[in-house]
Amino acid sequence: MRLSYPSSIKIIKVPCTGKVDLIHLLRSFEKGADGVYVLGCLEGACQFNNGNIRARKRVEKARQILETVGIGGERVQMYNLSSSEAPLFARIATEMTEKIIEMGPNPIKLKRKKKAA
Amino acid sequence: MIVAEQKPIEEIIDEIKGYQKILIAGCNECVTVCEAGGKKEVAVLASALRMYFMNQGKEVRIDEVTVERQCDHEYLEELRNDMDQYDAVLSLACGVGVQFMAEKYFSTPVYPGVNTCFLGASEERGVWGERCQACGQCILGKTAGICPVSRCAKRVLNGPCGGSTKGSCELNKDIPCAWQLIVDRLKELDRLDEYEQLTPIKDWSTDRAGGPRKVVREDVRQ
Repeated sequence: MRLSYPSSIKIIKVPCTGKVDLIHLLRSFEKGADGVYVLGCLEGACQFNNGNIRARKRVEKARQILETVGIGGERVQMYNLSSSEAPLFARIATEMTEKIIEMGPNPIKLKRKKKAA
Repeated sequence: MIVAEQKPIEEIIDEIKGYQKILIAGCNECVTVCEAGGKKEVAVLASALRMYFMNQGKEVRIDEVTVERQCDHEYLEELRNDMDQYDAVLSLACGVGVQFMAEKYFSTPVYPGVNTCFLGASEERGVWGERCQACGQCILGKTAGICPVSRCAKRVLNGPCGGSTKGSCELNKDIPCAWQLIVDRLKELDRLDEYEQLTPIKDWSTDRAGGPRKVVREDVRQ
């Protein structure tokens, strides 16, 4: 297929999205990530029954926290797709990148840079 | 266990916004089990607060620690050497832990990060229900192991009241009538005749009516 997707995306592999905890999502923003999205299997198709459902709830919680602390809840998203959906993978990557570009950089990254300058 | 739930982040921010060096202290016991103030919750809250203050352009140091129990001297003592580094402590322990911390570190302001709710059980994942009001004089032996003090809205000791409908409390149909539960279980235990016996007037002096309570055990006291 040789599909391309934005090179700004860094992939972190986990055995199941159920492994993704709230603190992992928050720490990535604390460290300066502009956006994070979790790609899980289709709902109902989790090998561990409900790993992706748990991940969705954690993403929702992260979204609430990020909104409260002024970083922006929209910077974290959850998507579901199956491993054979490469075109959808590329489309989500592009869509998420565009959304984050529109939102601008993570404000704390800017503050940190400003302080260092 | 003591069941608590975390305060809204906005309220916590309001409590601690005037400080520059804050220690968030979790507790490894009840509040860990009810996912309100254990190591994980400390990490999440610390991360959120760091982001908030960074975004506000404020330089605030937020450190994390989780002790075995905040209601015991020996574990709180572990913090003694580091305490002078902090302007304030945000304790995610129950109200007991917060107060014990405040008693022990008298000159350091201590703020609660959770609302302590009740003595309860984990009914299912993410659901905790009240089971005990620590009235100080347990009658569970006579009520088939179901507590009318904590589970009946009126604390009726010879129930049910007239508001019990189809097994539910008149307050809310999702609240089971404690006395219906008691009767059902007495029937199951083949002890329904005990239901006929009137419960005498309860001595409420062992409850909060007698003021703050204390248990003293001379056999284990040092």
